[in-house]
Amino acid sequence: MKQLDTELSKQFTLSDYVEQRPELAFVTVEKQQLVPLLTYLRDTKKYTHLVTLTAVDWLEVNQFQLTYLLHNYETHTDIGIRVKLDRDNPVMETIHHLWEQARVYQRELHEMFGIDFPGSPGVEEPMILEGWQGPPVMRRDFDTAKYSLETYDHRKRDTREPEIYMKEKLYPED
Amino acid sequence: MSDKYPPIVNGKSVYDLESGKYLKMWQGPQHPGVTGNMSLELIISGDQIVDCKTHVGYLHRGFEKLMERRRYINCFPIVCRICVPEPDTNEYLFAAAMEDLMGIEVPERAKWLRTLNMELSRLASFLMWIGGQSGAFGHGTVAQWALAHRDFVLDLFEEWTGARIYHMYTTPGGVRGGTPEGWDNHVERVLQGVEKFLTEVNHVMFNNAVFKSRAVGLGIIAPDMIDRFGVVGPVARGSGIVRDTRKDNPYLIYDQLDFNIETETAGDVYARAMVRWKEMHQAISLIRQIIKRMPRTGPLHITLPNVLHLKVPAGETYVRAESTRGEYGYYMVSDGTIYPRKITVRGPSYSHAMALLEHLAVGVNIADTHGLMLSLHTYPPEIER
Repeated sequence: MKQLDTELSKQFTLSDYVEQRPELAFVTVEKQQLVPLLTYLRDTKKYTHLVTLTAVDWLEVNQFQLTYLLHNYETHTDIGIRVKLDRDNPVMETIHHLWEQARVYQRELHEMFGIDFPGSPGVEEPMILEGWQGPPVMRRDFDTAKYSLETYDHRKRDTREPEIYMKEKLYPED
Repeated sequence: MSDKYPPIVNGKSVYDLESGKYLKMWQGPQHPGVTGNMSLELIISGDQIVDCKTHVGYLHRGFEKLMERRRYINCFPIVCRICVPEPDTNEYLFAAAMEDLMGIEVPERAKWLRTLNMELSRLASFLMWIGGQSGAFGHGTVAQWALAHRDFVLDLFEEWTGARIYHMYTTPGGVRGGTPEGWDNHVERVLQGVEKFLTEVNHVMFNNAVFKSRAVGLGIIAPDMIDRFGVVGPVARGSGIVRDTRKDNPYLIYDQLDFNIETETAGDVYARAMVRWKEMHQAISLIRQIIKRMPRTGPLHITLPNVLHLKVPAGETYVRAESTRGEYGYYMVSDGTIYPRKITVRGPSYSHAMALLEHLAVGVNIADTHGLMLSLHTYPPEIER
């Protein structure tokens, strides 16, 4: 995997190379170079399978991290490509022309994290949270417990102590 | 044929519902033929589908968000609920991702027991799939029959782990316990019953004229679609693709077991059903091998420090396993605290039920929609984790 990183570094600006296991490595690339890098990996290096596309919210440094995980079926290795986005203006290029299922991932990320992928088919349509008006829910500054306490009326349940209740019911004169 | 389909403008079909030519029809989320809680928005012309859209969101419980606010061990009872018919893959992968980040090596005996657990649940999940697939083509009897056998497998789980559906057996660092005494004989008895049932299924379902005429040629996935749509598992193997995570990236003790990758070449619903039928035989063979060869003594788990204060070193990892639907994976990011930063579940249903189904459904008769959907073996909870 280190060899691949050295080879890719000649053409792309890569940083933070981490080899988690001999068959799994992660590397960060500049935002503008992502689509050329993915196309290069898919067409030349046989990384033909898009395993997943997901986002991590680094609230402390005001960044979103997108992780594109690719798999090579010949060498059975994985490479995770990280891209850092500005949290205030999260816009990323779409990759639905490379893999058909990417548009579903991008639609989910748009809904859950508020990351925009201009040009991705149906990216604006609600997927899971139909009718949701609030902020994107998977962002770390959205507190589900707080929201639930503020929004829903938590009625108190009528509970009875069984011993006292039975006594009152069966022997009211005592 | 050509004027039947609406014109496509900017990648979207444009149809006028007022014209009387097209009809919009919803199937699901309460439709008996649809797998789980999802719905299909179909545009039909006559009885043929001209456009299909998958709608999910009826089962959203927000697992990934819940896990961000819980300690690692508190996430553990959550993960198995992501897939109801086959929870053990989730349990194993969550534990494996944690162990990978922490650098833990699991005892040998625990590896064998984990493999046994996953193969047994594979059998249960496939039996449930037979129920769905045969039911979708009108073979209700086979469905009831298959679910009865699945219940026998669940009995084995109950005896072994104490639970029928959510076993919570594979804990980080090992497994919860060994197999009870005399349990091996019970397994053998159930396996013989399932084997007999599979032979009957071959007669009743696979050689049935109705099943054949409806399944053969339905929903063909060409080999060039595999990488474009991210197709994995038995669905890909039904199109002649020789890929299996258990062989390609061996985990646990799969490299010590004797099995071959089962494939078919036709790529239609019938071929995918045949691959799964063969893989059930394979699972039975693997269970027998494991029971025969697994070590009976030795430690079951390593000693972890107090799990409520467990800190996982900062880093990120991805682990994968072969589930009944194909490659299942967990992407875990830790920031070095007692809470996971982000856990992403990569379920195979995600790409199968959305992009692929929408593509395959066009041109299919409405009566065959559910047979097609079942042949992709999708479980909606994986889509809306």
